[in-house]
Amino acid sequence: MSAAEDVVTEAPAVEAVPKRAMTLGLGTSLVVLAALCLAPLFVKNFIIFQMTMLLIYALAVLALNILTGGSGQFSLGQSAFYAVGAYTSAILMEHANMNYALTLPIAGVICFAFGFIFGQPALRLSGVYLALATFALATAMPQLLKLGFFEHWTGGVQGLVVTKPDAPFGLPMSQDMWLYYFTLAVSIGIYIASVNLLKSRSGRAFMAIRDNEIAASAMGVDVALYKTLAFGVSAGITGVAGGLGAIAVQFVAPDGYTITLAISLFLGMVVGGVGWLPGSIVGSAFIIFVPNIAEGISKGLSGAVFGVLLFLVIFLVPHGARQVAMIAQGLIAKLKN
Amino acid sequence: MLSTSTTRIAAFTTAVIAFAAMSGSALAQKKYDTGANDTEIKVGNIMPYSGPASAYGVIGKTEDAYFKMINDKGGINGRKVNFVTYDDGYSPPKAVEQVRKLVESDEVLVVFNPLGTPSNTAIQKYLNSKKVPQLFVATGATKWNDAKNFPWTIGWQPSYQSEAQIYAKWLMKEKPGAKVAILYQNDDFGKDYLKGTKDGFGDKAASSIIMEESYEVSEPTIDSHIVKIKAANPDVLLIYTTPKFGAQTIKKTAELGWKPLQIITNVSASVGSVMAPAGFENAQGVLSAAYAKDGADSQWNNDPGMKKWIEFLDKYMPGADKTDGSLVYGYGAAQTLAKVLEMCGDDLTRANVMKQAASLKDFTPDTLLPGVKINTSATDFAPIAQLQMQRFKGQKWELFGETISGDIATE
Repeated sequence: MSAAEDVVTEAPAVEAVPKRAMTLGLGTSLVVLAALCLAPLFVKNFIIFQMTMLLIYALAVLALNILTGGSGQFSLGQSAFYAVGAYTSAILMEHANMNYALTLPIAGVICFAFGFIFGQPALRLSGVYLALATFALATAMPQLLKLGFFEHWTGGVQGLVVTKPDAPFGLPMSQDMWLYYFTLAVSIGIYIASVNLLKSRSGRAFMAIRDNEIAASAMGVDVALYKTLAFGVSAGITGVAGGLGAIAVQFVAPDGYTITLAISLFLGMVVGGVGWLPGSIVGSAFIIFVPNIAEGISKGLSGAVFGVLLFLVIFLVPHGARQVAMIAQGLIAKLKN
Repeated sequence: MLSTSTTRIAAFTTAVIAFAAMSGSALAQKKYDTGANDTEIKVGNIMPYSGPASAYGVIGKTEDAYFKMINDKGGINGRKVNFVTYDDGYSPPKAVEQVRKLVESDEVLVVFNPLGTPSNTAIQKYLNSKKVPQLFVATGATKWNDAKNFPWTIGWQPSYQSEAQIYAKWLMKEKPGAKVAILYQNDDFGKDYLKGTKDGFGDKAASSIIMEESYEVSEPTIDSHIVKIKAANPDVLLIYTTPKFGAQTIKKTAELGWKPLQIITNVSASVGSVMAPAGFENAQGVLSAAYAKDGADSQWNNDPGMKKWIEFLDKYMPGADKTDGSLVYGYGAAQTLAKVLEMCGDDLTRANVMKQAASLKDFTPDTLLPGVKINTSATDFAPIAQLQMQRFKGQKWELFGETISGDIATE
């Protein structure tokens, strides 16, 4: 391997994260869960909608986190999987009159397959090259959705309007609140499954590949299989997030799933802390609320203000929310002594 | 004793006066919905200040400046306009989030001039179910003129279909029997034009239109389509394209030494981004249609409307580029809203705003062409439906003929 190649493949290396540092302690998890369950009872519908979006993007960031933080592969193409999931749900709901809850597993399975297939050629690429290949996928997706061939189902540029589900069993809650709790339940399920996945044999195989591919294969890990599997799992979860997003926003259109979304998700992962799953929700909050804050500071320079804020975060806490959490943990431990 | 009764009388009198004052205000019928009160009217708006369509953000800035001017002059019927505008980045999910914020958190009276067909489609159902007016949307799709199914949504600019109908009407009158070829973009934008043209020709459509050629936005160049159209030898070429392809078409026909009568959409009629790149010598004699005055055109220097516009720009938006069509657009749209709010008087309910928006009669904002008038009714939710033909000469457009109307409703 030449020196130049070395530099390129080394550059995006992810710092190894010990397994137990990937999750939160039980106590903290319960506090966060209680906050997520109770908060909607005290706020307006609009805030509930924002919290739903927060969870949805958190799921998408979590998916990317499994791929990058877990198996060490890069992707700027998550928006494509998100779009496929969103369209799958929307098309099934509007054209096949399927129940919204049933469309999510289908969206997940289709995206898993899509990600798994895309993972095959991606095997030959690593580091920045893989990032570029996935980037191509993200830029191609909005145009593919506009193709006349699919227009009967996708609605072309016009997109599809999705009907928002009412709360079932005559529960006395608004559509927004029901959708929030529904999303929360799905998110918790996927979060627990992801944590268990990373703690399992497969998770250890992912991390072995991330840390050293050659060593992993020497230990008997099927590198090709696990790399594509990571892509599939990540795409599947992103697809479920996309489906939920379509239901919450009540609309899908090609312009909603551009490369900007992929970059936002990537940003969310870095801000939340690469490889730290609970950071996904912090990263998601960053990509939803910080642009609004930036706009509040200056309308004309909102992009620049956002840039400055992002720069500050990366400069002060390069490991994102994980670092902040560690510092807090250290302080609490000190207080206890 | 005396003092007690005096107090009683005083109290009684006060009560009477208070009652009179209350019934007085009731008689004046001041009615408000969320977002309006005695001193303020809250107007919400979303614009792509960032993202792929950020060039249109100037429209929002112009509207903001316009309402500042209105407020400096004392507001509308004594109430200040509080214009709240957010960035949606031309992304439908963000548009939904921002509009919900406007309605549920900022509690605006109306959502005014939201830009882009995808964003407006995304918020239409929500606003109609909440019964919040979606006033004067900034898109040319035809579907906004649908008072029956979406009584809380109203358009503003002429729809693509109306414009196409106007071309067809003009051709039938000026060039009867001409063989027409259509080049259109294969999406809802292009298809709207195609439909409008066919409707305009009516039963003559089949005999007049000899060719319909479509291209995909993803194609790098459309030269081969032009060559194909030339082989069919039509007399008229209708160019229903976005700016980049418009410039390519005009250039390619010139290169082929072919001189059909060319009509290009208003969308691609920009001198700076279409005519100049295509080459001014190639663009001579190309036709199009317009509904607003061009800020860069010297023929409007003494026009009273445009003088007001320039005065406004100099004071509230110093340094703005006057060739930017968005400045003309934003001013006209904001003026239309101001007119509607003025017509509402003291009845600032959402239902009344919608009613007044649908009862504009011959209203002429300063920046629209003379003869182009805004008319709406309970069944006509397409405010501007007139355009005037224009011909490219030298380095600018020259208007000719009468304004032509192409009013249509969605079925």
